Amino acid sequence: MGHPLYQVDSGEVIFDGVDVLELEPNERAKLGLFLAFQYPTAIPGVSLANFLRLAVSAVRGKGANGSDNDGLIPMREFRRELREKMQQLGVDDSFARRYLNDGFSGGEMKRAEILQLAMLEPKIAILDETDSGLDIDAVRIVGESVSQLIGPDLGVLIITHYPRLLDYIRPQFVHILLDGRVVESGGWELTQVLEAEGYDPIREKHGIDE
Amino acid sequence: MENSEKNTIEELGVSKEYQYGFHDDIKPTFKSRKGLDEEVINQMCDIKGEPDWMRQYRLEAYKIFKQKPMTKWGGDLSQLDFDDIYYYVKASDRSERSWDDVPDDIKKTFDRLGIPEAERKFLAGVGAQYDSEVVYHNIVEELDKIGVVFLDTDTAIKEYPDLVKKYFGTIIPSADNQFAALNSAVWSGGSFVYVPPGVKVEYPLQAYFRINSENMGQFERTLIIADEGSQVHYVEGCTAPTFSSESLHSAVVEIVCMKGSRVRYTTIQNWANNVYNLVTKRAFAYEDAQMEWVDGNLGSKLTMKYPSVYMMEPGARGDILSIAFASKGQHQDAGAKVYHCAPHTTSQITSKSISKDGGRSSYRGWVDVAKGAKGCKSHVVCDALILDKDSRSDTYPVIEIGENDTNIEHEARVSKIGEEQLFYLMSRGLSEEEASTMIVNGFIEPLVKELPMEYAVEMNRLIQLQMEGSVG
Repeated sequence: MGHPLYQVDSGEVIFDGVDVLELEPNERAKLGLFLAFQYPTAIPGVSLANFLRLAVSAVRGKGANGSDNDGLIPMREFRRELREKMQQLGVDDSFARRYLNDGFSGGEMKRAEILQLAMLEPKIAILDETDSGLDIDAVRIVGESVSQLIGPDLGVLIITHYPRLLDYIRPQFVHILLDGRVVESGGWELTQVLEAEGYDPIREKHGIDE
Repeated sequence: MENSEKNTIEELGVSKEYQYGFHDDIKPTFKSRKGLDEEVINQMCDIKGEPDWMRQYRLEAYKIFKQKPMTKWGGDLSQLDFDDIYYYVKASDRSERSWDDVPDDIKKTFDRLGIPEAERKFLAGVGAQYDSEVVYHNIVEELDKIGVVFLDTDTAIKEYPDLVKKYFGTIIPSADNQFAALNSAVWSGGSFVYVPPGVKVEYPLQAYFRINSENMGQFERTLIIADEGSQVHYVEGCTAPTFSSESLHSAVVEIVCMKGSRVRYTTIQNWANNVYNLVTKRAFAYEDAQMEWVDGNLGSKLTMKYPSVYMMEPGARGDILSIAFASKGQHQDAGAKVYHCAPHTTSQITSKSISKDGGRSSYRGWVDVAKGAKGCKSHVVCDALILDKDSRSDTYPVIEIGENDTNIEHEARVSKIGEEQLFYLMSRGLSEEEASTMIVNGFIEPLVKELPMEYAVEMNRLIQLQMEGSVG
């Protein structure tokens, strides 16, 4: 997403004909890209709802359908949409008033990320170890939530160490990344092999020690 | 961008205007000559028709002022020329009570300040200070009915001489400091509030005032007396038009919180960049009384302000919440003082400062626990946010403890707007400016949420304006 501390040495990223690497993080978001963070940063004093209203307005384009004087989507409309999506994701109403990621548990952070995903309606979302640090129930809730959102308008790239999340999401393509390279590609059945045998056989096959 | 800028101006008119300053062309009906001596003070007393005790009080204070050396600590006062200031300007002949009587020019200014709107919203007793004199003072009938007195201080001297004389200058004596002495000599306007025993004023009492004459000193004097078991919230907001030469604002606010009473005093100030804002604010809190200062300082050239609470009897409590925003060419020397003069008293100081574009903010705090004041608790939190490498933040805490059985905590944090925070917000579509504004607004949220609604909105707008163009 263009973190200032990361530099791309080689290669290119083209999305919808646009050179993504040329863009600022906010321009990438407007293009329809989304990154669900593994450890999202807390912004004390800023409520999730306030933040989301500004973000949604920015991504959908200021001055877009029926926006108010500040270029924000009208409060009533925003609230309705937020409430709907929170219900879909099984998130409590009080969530919207809490300060963004401030004092959130691991599970709450991940759910807040998925709620943002649902509200911002990107075209491509990357979920960076969204299942890490979650207990079994939380993984199920996150997994089910994401699979609700996936469809013709949203493609998702999931980065994970554990196949469990994939029980709920059932990806079309699975790639195994080992030592910085994709070493195996296949369909969902690849996760079943992993589940049964672990990573060791793949490591052996590709001659990489643990 | 151009479009959103326009929208901002249209929607806020008010705040945007503040930024550049505006003043209506009003002919003051009387203006003293520049500089101060006994003749100017006598002239002022004559025009005001003040009782002799007040004349003597002023002259005495003037003597003290002359003897005090220029304040050396705090900020740089070397540019301040006491001889180049008008000490008394009277804009119209008498205080106006009815809106219809208010001159059109003044109304226009009030329009821009949003006062009529505030009225429509049923906000209580709007008292607004225009130049040195309160020209519009509308007291809601309900206040009369419940026995609450809410007047400009000049009128209060005439209508409630005994009450004023009993407390005036007892919390902050003329000799307290140089600027308290100056204010005592030349004060004009300000509010006088008396709340009878057991009366709880349900809505905030508000006073708007602004400096409107070049080189004019503004020396209002506010005295609030909350009788036993009463409750009141007083709100003041100030703005000033921008002028090229220096302006001095030096107020004195005295508050008496009697047994079991509760007073909150909220200030939001956005002075023009040439104003020296040197204010003395102090409250005495008696048994089980609670005093809260909520203080927001934007703008000015130099602000020196340290609201204080003296906890005089057991069970008293003092809370001070202050926010300072120092931008280019500004020094906010703000803080708080608490004096635990009795056992089992409690205080909480929360100070937040933001420095930007080379601005400087300092926290100056004083926590004092008297010998024998057992079981006192004090908690101090100072958070500073520095927006760029040219800006500066300092902390000068003093803690004097004369008693072992006491619990004092002091926390101080200095932070910069984190790259991670900016990146996170920007990855969700916010521009860099929107993202930093949001982080700053989040930082001051603890103060904003304590403000009445309209002030909270205005505060966020002011921050937004301060942040505009702050990012390359």
